[in-house]
Amino acid sequence: MQAYIARRLLALLPTLLFASIIVFVTVRLIPGDIIDMMLSQNDVSAGKMDREALVAALGLDKPIWSQYLTWVGRIIFHGDLGNSLWQTTPVTEQLAARLPVTFELGLLAVLIGLTIALPIGVYSAIRQDTAGDYISRSFSILMLAIPSFWLGTMVLVIPSIFWGWSPEVSYIPFFEDPIGNIKQMLLPAVVLGTALSAITMRMTRTMMLEVLRQDYIRTAMAKGLPERLVVVRHALRNALIPVVTLIGLQAPIIIGGTVILEQIFGIPGMGLLLLDAVNQRDYPIITGVFLVVGVAVMLINLVVDLSYGLLDPRVRVRS
Amino acid sequence: MSAVITAPIGVARPKPAGFLRRLFRDKPLGAAGGVIFMLFLFCGIFADVLAPFGMNEISPINRLKPPSWQFPFGTDNLGRDMLSRCLYGAQLSVIIGITAASLATFVSVAIGIATGYLGGKVDLIMQRFVDAWMSFPDLIILIVVVSVVGPGMPQIICTLGLLLGIGGSRIIRSAVVSVRENMYVHAAQSIGATTPRILLKHILPNILPPIIVLFTTRVGAVILAESGLSFLGLGVPPPAPTWGGLLSGGGRTYMFQGPWLALAPGLCLTIVVYATNVFGDALRDLLDPRLRGSR
Repeated sequence: MQAYIARRLLALLPTLLFASIIVFVTVRLIPGDIIDMMLSQNDVSAGKMDREALVAALGLDKPIWSQYLTWVGRIIFHGDLGNSLWQTTPVTEQLAARLPVTFELGLLAVLIGLTIALPIGVYSAIRQDTAGDYISRSFSILMLAIPSFWLGTMVLVIPSIFWGWSPEVSYIPFFEDPIGNIKQMLLPAVVLGTALSAITMRMTRTMMLEVLRQDYIRTAMAKGLPERLVVVRHALRNALIPVVTLIGLQAPIIIGGTVILEQIFGIPGMGLLLLDAVNQRDYPIITGVFLVVGVAVMLINLVVDLSYGLLDPRVRVRS
Repeated sequence: MSAVITAPIGVARPKPAGFLRRLFRDKPLGAAGGVIFMLFLFCGIFADVLAPFGMNEISPINRLKPPSWQFPFGTDNLGRDMLSRCLYGAQLSVIIGITAASLATFVSVAIGIATGYLGGKVDLIMQRFVDAWMSFPDLIILIVVVSVVGPGMPQIICTLGLLLGIGGSRIIRSAVVSVRENMYVHAAQSIGATTPRILLKHILPNILPPIIVLFTTRVGAVILAESGLSFLGLGVPPPAPTWGGLLSGGGRTYMFQGPWLALAPGLCLTIVVYATNVFGDALRDLLDPRLRGSR
């Protein structure tokens, strides 16, 4: 198992290198007129920062390779992502405040998604080609097509028109009022979770169908075990392994989804931080969020891969 | 004996008429999706003719009118007809969807063929790059790029094309890898055909099915991504009536008084994306059985 973990970690290195280059190059594309816009938009010309100072603050006055090395070096050795241009606080401080919020929303969404997807997926598989199967499959294709920002909007508009209900405007931190916080997070998490459940449901159904045809299922049935027990203990356990991988693959979709839902429901997570930074053209924050999101997705996939090896001994022996 | 040798080894090329018959007989849902998709293309192309009112035609006496015979989708806070705006929105979606999906498919094919056929170090390095690229959420890359290049239609099309193109190159690469080992490719190599000739004459025609499928599903993905971006105010700038834009900005403030403002653009979007998805699934099942069950 150690060798397997070491191999997986080593394989991560080139990907991390490329990711850092992608982040660096993308944000380096800042055209010159944007710097002028930054200067005029945020009124820093009032003695605080002139053009050269801003160019120097962005590090744009040095050759590109040296900029890259300085940037990577600072991250690796000092954990320093630079300072916000307008608030002059470290980017890492802002990220540390926002990351847990997004993480909570994403985790809740995954839990809700699984709660919806697993039972329906299993039902769909054991009652293959019945009306119930068709209904749940159509539902899942439909959920794939509904954009979460529309669902989120409708969830806000409909209750407000019919019952005059609207969600809390200001954010309730978890440690001040855990119940209020969860209540507030629940609605966006349900919207995101429903979207996630669609693809998970399909996967669960496919895997269950495959597993249910195996010999050991027939054996279990033949020796007279109750269907419930066979389905839950013999079939579902084995069918779940690819479903776990799927959750890892969905990590980018989950994070992308939280950006939109944070915007709709006014939840101060990474997504809202990014959107605010984009509006203010605060590039150190944009870079920071971009990098952290990419690395987070890679780490989630690493954890998923490792748990995959833990769940299925064949994986670590084979590779 | 000669019959065995001349029999085609690759994927049989489907004939259009027979293919349509199979689509409607075996995949009624997919065929319905295809019909809706064509209808959407038609609405988009002829929006100028079909729309009863102008894109931004303001009518102050008809502010926030609920759906009626005159305004089937209602009107917004400036008295603009929502049906017309949704039709023009379809036009924008068609333009962006088709161009960006074409670009994405082209990028996917270029990268997929280069890495899949040539293999070696280029492939290895490129695959790590694609890995890294795919660990960034599409929406985040889009937001970051738009923050640098600014909002606007050409930027959105290029970004979406490149973004989805790199992601989709995996599908083309795996198709190329499986075609590469066919007898006719080895035969072409052994009689000294040049690499460009093999790629164009032997590989490309045989990976056409996955390319068509990829293009279809990309149209839906592009439309969805663009509307998400416009919803966040980073897509095609207002007053252009993109479906995502109609759900945000000014329209959002008045949704509580006129819920039809939220209903029409969202429904258009959902129906079109649903149609492209089921159509793409049906095409994949019919054209490219290898990819069945994968997304």
